[in-house]
Amino acid sequence: MRRSWQTVEVSAARRETARARTLRLRFPDVVTGVPGQHVDLRLTAEDGYQAVRSYSVAAWVPPRELELTVEELDDGEVSPFLVGTLSVGDQLEVRGPVGGWFTWTPDLAGPLQLIAGGSGVVPLMAMLRSHSEARSDVPARLLYSVRSPDHMFYRGELDVVVQEDPQVTVDIAYSRVAPDGRSAGRLTHEAVTASCFPPGDAPAVYICGSTGFVEAVAAWLVEDGHDAARIRTERYGG
Amino acid sequence: MAIPTSGFTGRRKNRDANLPPGQYLTDSFPVLSAGPTPHVLPADWTFRVDAGPGQTHQWNWEQLQALPQEDVTRDIHCVTHWSKFGTTWRGVSLDTLFEDVESEAEYTMVHSYGGYTTNVPLDDLLDGKAWIVHEFDGEPLAPAHGGPARLLVPHLYFWKSAKWVNGIRLMEQDLPGFWETNGYNMYGDPWREERYW
Repeated sequence: MRRSWQTVEVSAARRETARARTLRLRFPDVVTGVPGQHVDLRLTAEDGYQAVRSYSVAAWVPPRELELTVEELDDGEVSPFLVGTLSVGDQLEVRGPVGGWFTWTPDLAGPLQLIAGGSGVVPLMAMLRSHSEARSDVPARLLYSVRSPDHMFYRGELDVVVQEDPQVTVDIAYSRVAPDGRSAGRLTHEAVTASCFPPGDAPAVYICGSTGFVEAVAAWLVEDGHDAARIRTERYGG
Repeated sequence: MAIPTSGFTGRRKNRDANLPPGQYLTDSFPVLSAGPTPHVLPADWTFRVDAGPGQTHQWNWEQLQALPQEDVTRDIHCVTHWSKFGTTWRGVSLDTLFEDVESEAEYTMVHSYGGYTTNVPLDDLLDGKAWIVHEFDGEPLAPAHGGPARLLVPHLYFWKSAKWVNGIRLMEQDLPGFWETNGYNMYGDPWREERYW
């Protein structure tokens, strides 16, 4: 990893939802990392005031680019700027990628179980993309809990991944509003159990979401008999 | 010299001499942990200081509660960039727990239920710098925040304040703990921004 700050350029941007945007950043040199890692972004105002935040990498675009997906927080200082103001061609400072725990590489043993709440899907999407790009023969499942279809990130791409990668299964759970033919409601223990590899398969489990989401889901999986040492968690806002 | 970010003005509400570089102030209390929260009942809880063969000191919950309790108000700083000012805790100073410990060791490994570890130099745990706390904000410490008891060593980044703490082992040399082998700094001084390797 690079300890120092590097200046990167926003090379592309696209909307994910009304409140979230994916930014593609172009580095001056080759940038490498592992799915699940994050970068620190530093913004500087004209008078020198600075703000730093961490964002998970959503996609690696070799050799010199990566993508972040940022969701606007109601009381945010940085996220509204990144989602609403920053333009293609603008420059930012980046440190990283960093992080050596909440990461997955295709050589890891066991099925890959990903469980996302809301924008917690971002680092898990990086893992799923890596799984597909590596043509990994490890079975992978993503359980993605969203408020409504309008809150869903990467919808088109998830459809493509499921069609093209026979090892991947994606389950979407809608907590507030569901599309026709589906019902909405709070994610339950039963639904999580039904969408996960059983403990006997010894999956490597990655859970990312709000603290409440991560606490509940991780506790259910431990109750189901999953080895706590194989469950890795990350929370946004923390 | 940092380049200005086009169009960014910031909110400024966070400018404060008590805020270390790269941090922002939050009123909430975010959680960061590597895995599922261990649920440990006070009745099952123990804490030990391991200073070598024949030099083990152990306390159970009742014994911890019987020691002198201190109320501590400190600012805390997480490596994920948030800081929280004026957090209030109650617990036992490590000076009290180390009173009868004899050792030449200069380093420690802090151990937790669930297997978490973090390394802290012994000097950073003594002289009123660290506590085993069991209350936050006047309430029993919640499991997600490290309850029944966690280490509080607030002058270092908060990952050093191990949740679900169950022991401290003295070491002659400095060895990395959990986050320290996963990309984070061996010492973690927020004022020097010692975040990563």
